[in-house]
Amino acid sequence: MISGMVLYTIASIYLGISFIKDKHKTKTALLKSWDMFQKVLPDLLAIMLFIGLALSLLTPSLISSIIGENSGFLGIIYSTIIGSIALIPSFIVFPLGQTLVQNGAALPQVAVLMSTLMSVGLVTLNMEQKIFGKSFAYARNISSIIMSLLFALIIWVVMT
Amino acid sequence: MMKLKRYRFFFILLLGLLLIAFMNQAIAIKTVQLTGKSILDMLFLLPPIFILVGLLDQWVTKETLIRYMGEKSGIYGVFFTLLLATIAAGPLYIAFPIAILLLKKGASVRYIVFFLGAWSTVKLPVLLYEFTSFGLKFTLIHICFALAFYYLTGIIFEKMYSQQKLLNDNATMEI
Repeated sequence: MISGMVLYTIASIYLGISFIKDKHKTKTALLKSWDMFQKVLPDLLAIMLFIGLALSLLTPSLISSIIGENSGFLGIIYSTIIGSIALIPSFIVFPLGQTLVQNGAALPQVAVLMSTLMSVGLVTLNMEQKIFGKSFAYARNISSIIMSLLFALIIWVVMT
Repeated sequence: MMKLKRYRFFFILLLGLLLIAFMNQAIAIKTVQLTGKSILDMLFLLPPIFILVGLLDQWVTKETLIRYMGEKSGIYGVFFTLLLATIAAGPLYIAFPIAILLLKKGASVRYIVFFLGAWSTVKLPVLLYEFTSFGLKFTLIHICFALAFYYLTGIIFEKMYSQQKLLNDNATMEI
């Protein structure tokens, strides 16, 4: 968790400078941080639990058998659907992708799965709609699905 | 009451976990371990990110942000957006409230879309991992293609959605 340490160091330095310059502003900033944290916490806990459930019910060998070397176009579709369920942070996605490849999943299928896992989320669509409005939220998710499919296509052509 | 209501999905899932625990303890234990670890990871990573965003909100004026992420920011916009999006860790939904804050401060729609796209593509802390487990070719295709794609998407979205419309549609935060 070196990245965490770097973030903590940067945050502490700025927080220190801010505190020396203006105590009142710093307090307002921290209250704002706390407010944002409180707002994402319910969704965060629910999503984390959802991912935990999904990862223990769908074992890597099960997923790999669905999107194996011979799964072809259908495998791409399955990957897109599974990947679009929830938004998962990249530090979980890449190790998961690696495990899947080791278990026999095909690279283009894993590529689309990883890409959609990081950028498309039906579970969080409700939250996203509240923030950006319905039209923008749908358009953003659709554009990410298109991006993921094109990315998988390139990987398919170039790397298999 | 309102606060508890926001946790309803969490409680529904918790109920599901309890049901699974009755049927298959091994799966339930694995779920608790996986969930516990990722929640701890998040609780560790989030405080500095939110502190930095809170400070950015207080110290960076609207004029400055427009210069770096506004409609006429050009190459600065691309660079500054990339820096903001790739340095932070965490899943994409953490970026939503940050994006709306930037939008309120005068960032253009193009860079907001690019910010969200870059956030879901490149994370400096995870980059090394992607490179070592999937190879240089895969990583370069992924990053270059995705960033180019989201930049173009940003240009298209800028024509479809105005800054004001997005802010009006925002139902969550009243800053």
